[in-house]
Amino acid sequence: MAEQDWKAGKSTFAAVSTAPLVWTLAFFLVPMAFVWFYSFGRNVGLTEIDIVGTLDNYKRATEWLYLSIFLKSLAVAGLVTLICLIIGFPVAMALTFASDKWRPWLLLGIMLPFWTNLLIRTYALMIVLGQQGYVNQGLGVLWGGASWVKTLVGLEPLPTWEPLPLLYNNFAVVLGLVYVHLPFMVLPLYSALDRLDKSLIEASLDLGAGHFRTLIKIVVPLAAPGIIAGVMITLIPALGAYLTPDLMGGTDSQMIANVIERQFKRANDWPFGAALSFLLIYAMFALIALQSMRRKTPGEAR
Amino acid sequence: MPLFARTARAPLEYTRTLWMRGWVGAVMLFLYLPLIVLMAFSFNDSKRNVVWRGFTTKYYAKAWENDQLWGAMVNSLTIAAFATIFSLIIGSLAAVMLWRFRFPLKGAVDGTISLPIIVPEICLGVAFLVFFSTIGWPTGLVWPFNLGAIIIAHITFCFPFVAMVVRARLATFNREQEEAAKDLGAGEWQAFRDVLIPHIKPALVSGALLAFTLSLDDFVITFFTSTPGTDTFPVLVYSLVKRGVTPDINAASTILILLTVALTAVALKLQGAKALAGTHS
Repeated sequence: MAEQDWKAGKSTFAAVSTAPLVWTLAFFLVPMAFVWFYSFGRNVGLTEIDIVGTLDNYKRATEWLYLSIFLKSLAVAGLVTLICLIIGFPVAMALTFASDKWRPWLLLGIMLPFWTNLLIRTYALMIVLGQQGYVNQGLGVLWGGASWVKTLVGLEPLPTWEPLPLLYNNFAVVLGLVYVHLPFMVLPLYSALDRLDKSLIEASLDLGAGHFRTLIKIVVPLAAPGIIAGVMITLIPALGAYLTPDLMGGTDSQMIANVIERQFKRANDWPFGAALSFLLIYAMFALIALQSMRRKTPGEAR
Repeated sequence: MPLFARTARAPLEYTRTLWMRGWVGAVMLFLYLPLIVLMAFSFNDSKRNVVWRGFTTKYYAKAWENDQLWGAMVNSLTIAAFATIFSLIIGSLAAVMLWRFRFPLKGAVDGTISLPIIVPEICLGVAFLVFFSTIGWPTGLVWPFNLGAIIIAHITFCFPFVAMVVRARLATFNREQEEAAKDLGAGEWQAFRDVLIPHIKPALVSGALLAFTLSLDDFVITFFTSTPGTDTFPVLVYSLVKRGVTPDINAASTILILLTVALTAVALKLQGAKALAGTHS
């Protein structure tokens, strides 16, 4: 039996569809429409906004100040995604080829952070990275050791250890985003690699290709859908990240979400914030459109 | 398994190579070291997370007596409970609608329902801020009615995830079973309750877990829809981290982490590791 036409079971259709449709309309589309209309508006007085159909907010968004923050957000999100992919791929491989005894534990190890509260994780990372945090203390001990070794062989000791500023800068934002998003990358990679026919890898190895060549020529192309899924699942939230740059970033590491937040809270310029927020949504759509285009081409080739 | 393999390594046993183990170990260290440090320092007899000054449980006692923390925790759990129940209902109905019926504009409806998953949190948060203040949503109601706006916002971003999980499960349903039930005299509702619901039950469990975690975890959307007195746990932690840290937060966070571990263990028992991983990809 195929799908039923809605006219054939009107009462059932109504019973099933009313709640989701009404909810989506009232509490998703209407709020989004408000923002969309405000993006063409103008501030009149402190709280009043006139929707005059102006494009000034969008024009202001293309000023270099905001454009550069947009581009920087894209660059940061792209870098985070790349690092996650490089770190995550071997982990996904390890999960795929682990023995049955170890796999559930490894999987649990990747998934637990996923279920742990984002704020707690960010805060925990901040403790470790602080001026007197463990990373700095550990580096300080290493530095002291190196200095000691140098005096031992008769060289000048190193200058005293200065704690590295690991927090409140761009480095911290990238590290924080990688920390938060790594599980997002590993899980889709793993589910793609797990579906892969392992005899193909064996065949490639038997026919004389090395492990690295097999990886590049066989594993990566076959796991491409999973890689793309992982990239999208990491890139999209990283692009719109608010919390990590806000808590871990410095004055120069704002991302687009922080600028949007400011328009709605401190700066109180709703129309401009609305325009920025819709530009961010359009950027997401563009990314997704790009992905579905890429997904079609290799599908036809196969 | 011993660290150094006793039997020869088969070509595909990549996990048994030393560099692979080192890599995975380093990643696990990266993921867990901060959490372990946080948990350890919750027992530290010092106001700052720097030097170890001896073991104490006084911050647990302080956290226990902290009304603000309790209020935030109760708010978070209340919101998550309501959001889970409603998301489960709306999400399953959406899944059944899309799976069962053919109707005009189906593609558009399908896309719109999953849109809240894609739209960045910040945009959704901003939209709710604008929406609730423009329609003049009443603020300052008595508890728990003051949480209404946050619950509504949470349902909106949670139910598409439930719909996604339930739909994946519905795809494996054999429609003949439902027809058989109807041939044997079951009505629409009876067939739905006795045949369809038991089939999608695993998806309902993982959907509920997903919705609960998403709601409990959310900061950005709650931040934009919260009014005085509706602080959730993440919002409270945020304001404390911004102002400078108090060690009660370490204690409360430790309890929440342990709770997460326990919940994950329950979920694993119920679902199996693979099914859980599937819900996230």
